[in-house]
Amino acid sequence: MASHGISDRVAIIGMGCTPFGEHWGRSAEDLLIDAAGECLAPFPELDVDAYWLGTLASGQSGLTLSKALNTGYKPVTRVENYCASGSESFRNACYAVASGAYDVVMATGVEKLKDSGFSGLLRGDPPGDGTASELSMTAPAAFSMLDPAYCARYGVDPAAMRAAMTHVAWKNHVNGARNPKAQFRAEVPKDKIESAPKVAGRLGVFDCSGVSDGAAAALIVRAEDAPRYTGRPVYVKALSLVAGPARGALDPEYDYTTFPEVVRSVDEAYAQAGVTDPRRQISLAEVHDCFTPTELVLMEDMGFSDRGQAWKDILAGDFERGGRLPVNPDGGLKSFGHPVGASGLRMLYEAWLQFRGEAGARQLDGPKLALTHNLGGRPGSCVSFVSLVGRERG
Amino acid sequence: MTSLLSYGAYLPSGRVDLAEVGATLGSGGGSASRGQRVVASFDEDSTTMGVAAARAALSVLPSAGAGAPADLYFATTSPAYLDKTNAAAIHAALGLGSRGFAGDLAGSARSGVAALRSAAALGGIAVLADVRTGQPGSADERGGGDAAAAFVFGYGDDGDGGIADIIGQASRTAEVLDRWRLPARAAADVWEERFGYEQYAPLIREAAAAALADAQLEQADHVVLVSPNSAVPRRGKSLVTGSVSTTFSPVGHAGVADAGVALAAVLDHAEPGQTILVLSAADGCDALVLRTTDELANRRQPVAVEAQLKAGTHVPYPSYLTWRGWLQREPPRRPEPDRPAAPPSARAGDWKFSFTGSACTACGFVHLPPARVCHQCGAVDQMAPVRRAGTVGTVATFTVDRLAYSPAPPLVDAVINFDGGGRYALEVADADPDQLAVGSRVELVFRRLFTAGGVHNYFWKAKVI
Repeated sequence: MASHGISDRVAIIGMGCTPFGEHWGRSAEDLLIDAAGECLAPFPELDVDAYWLGTLASGQSGLTLSKALNTGYKPVTRVENYCASGSESFRNACYAVASGAYDVVMATGVEKLKDSGFSGLLRGDPPGDGTASELSMTAPAAFSMLDPAYCARYGVDPAAMRAAMTHVAWKNHVNGARNPKAQFRAEVPKDKIESAPKVAGRLGVFDCSGVSDGAAAALIVRAEDAPRYTGRPVYVKALSLVAGPARGALDPEYDYTTFPEVVRSVDEAYAQAGVTDPRRQISLAEVHDCFTPTELVLMEDMGFSDRGQAWKDILAGDFERGGRLPVNPDGGLKSFGHPVGASGLRMLYEAWLQFRGEAGARQLDGPKLALTHNLGGRPGSCVSFVSLVGRERG
Repeated sequence: MTSLLSYGAYLPSGRVDLAEVGATLGSGGGSASRGQRVVASFDEDSTTMGVAAARAALSVLPSAGAGAPADLYFATTSPAYLDKTNAAAIHAALGLGSRGFAGDLAGSARSGVAALRSAAALGGIAVLADVRTGQPGSADERGGGDAAAAFVFGYGDDGDGGIADIIGQASRTAEVLDRWRLPARAAADVWEERFGYEQYAPLIREAAAAALADAQLEQADHVVLVSPNSAVPRRGKSLVTGSVSTTFSPVGHAGVADAGVALAAVLDHAEPGQTILVLSAADGCDALVLRTTDELANRRQPVAVEAQLKAGTHVPYPSYLTWRGWLQREPPRRPEPDRPAAPPSARAGDWKFSFTGSACTACGFVHLPPARVCHQCGAVDQMAPVRRAGTVGTVATFTVDRLAYSPAPPLVDAVINFDGGGRYALEVADADPDQLAVGSRVELVFRRLFTAGGVHNYFWKAKVI
């Protein structure tokens, strides 16, 4: 497979992100206007050549964006790739600039989850035969299967596994409490996390990401043009996306302790960016912590922990803000919230703030390279996106 | 004339405690509040129970070849659909393909006899199934039962006869207002039961005598007598008896399935060469005399009626009332599922109804549902159908989903690895999460996942063995 990457050929020169949460008074269009506005504020005269919009179900076609923003007669592409829709918007926008087709493009993502009246995600499936497992099994149920499978595979005491899952939720709430845009801005005691009402399997309410509304946006130009716009651009080092064959759903060999799609996309991203020792080279990671056991398994799939060891590393504090590799310093999906189409861009927004020294109470010390990881689907059947972005070119 | 080749009865596992009914409704005490009622689960109906009984009956026959029975006569008083043939869904779930006939005989308890007579005369499978519902606190609720039975008639393989032959029959007909129900109603009306008994008693004596004469017998070894009139079984021994046994409904009045389940219970322990007189008194009386053969001992159903009756699990009465629609409860805060669409369901017919996937003829990898492109070796359109409905599997992992939409939350899901290859994530039927573990062995059962937009979503579930 040929995949050449576009390392250091494009850069982010502006970003915007709305607060995530229950925006009863704001529509998807309002949120897009706010995120794009923040993004464009430093550049009142900027002419954006093309737009991308990632959303799972909060609007159809490019018109959702072009009407709301009154962008005139420009190309606007709506993309959808489950919960990785925001990352997919960014990836395609980057390629458009790298190809030379446009000079300045904007990637946006939005989701309005709180208008449905139901908790969790709604599915918009095409007419079917009524037999698909996904129809009956909710997302928390599908991801809850990681927990017993991981315990069985590595002989982990379920109580220790529970403690590790709790630690993930606790850590991400500690981080989110320091983020003024997060949906949940309070630390949550561990006993409260563990005694919360059960949603699926051993997952309680606090093991699940926040259901929220929000939007985020990024402005992308050629890397060599970036210094003309800002003294602190963020350079794109790697973009990789895998839509797996959904083999885990039909192969008895798949054991629910890893995401093969994530392993492939991470390996690809590391190769594009020349990362050979992720534990040393990566300064921070924003990963898809849709449910607490997901973040645990991701630590191993990304090479941050050895196989069967992530639960120990988590309990040792390795991925806290002061640990050896901060994971989800902005609070993650867990605490920042998960407005599906916006989440991939929200992850990049944290890298943007951290590199520019604008992360406030959660600012890390001199970060250079950040990983964002965005997952769509469920164990055995998913898409996985990984980006690496850096503070410096070259 | 055909022979009876095999039989199977199905009693759902749910049991409502009649003392709990009395306590809940404030009408407890007395003999009416003792015992249990056999109840179909929220995901069962006459179609799914019919499938279960027919699968039991077919399981003891040699694997279906070109000459195997493919005609199906389905009787019920509680059809899942009208206008649409329920027997066609049963036929599909049994994996019978497009061969043969499938028709419904729906309406009254006598429809069950009609199915038996049709299958016996022409060869084929008679499937009798009913979910009997009475208003809360009614005698029908207490004294009824949900059940199914199936009987396979045919000529057998060369030199290999059946397990019983029909050696006599007789019928009497009467127009009598004893039990009736307007089509839109869930529960029946009944006249004072002593009136019906007085009407039926002479008809039962006449039909029994005529059938025994037809069979050239003085008395049968076994007599089973059933009737929608509850006084008939209570006083039946004054009408006719067998020299070895005289029995009535094993589960209470089970509609069309009543005679079938009662006959199955006798076949479970009858000796070779014995005679059985089956009497069903409903708007007349029908009598059937069978003589068992030496083959019976080799082809009894896998689990006897008596054992099924003992194996039940408790269902709280409020759950039962909710399942039957008598009690409206707060639904889960999830959108109702979409109804299954006709064209995708038709394209997936062998998958949805008979759990048939595909195995790659190049490398053997099994795909559930069937695929055109092999996920192991990449071969395109080199697939052979592989039916997994009868295959045992092992739980790879599972979860209890408290968020999912279900008519009876929480929903339990398990990923099943099938013996011989193949994996699929299925709901668990009659689930007790405490009885479920990674490594649990399961078999498949045909159930109704939900009903949406007026369409029943039939599919398979895993059930712990």
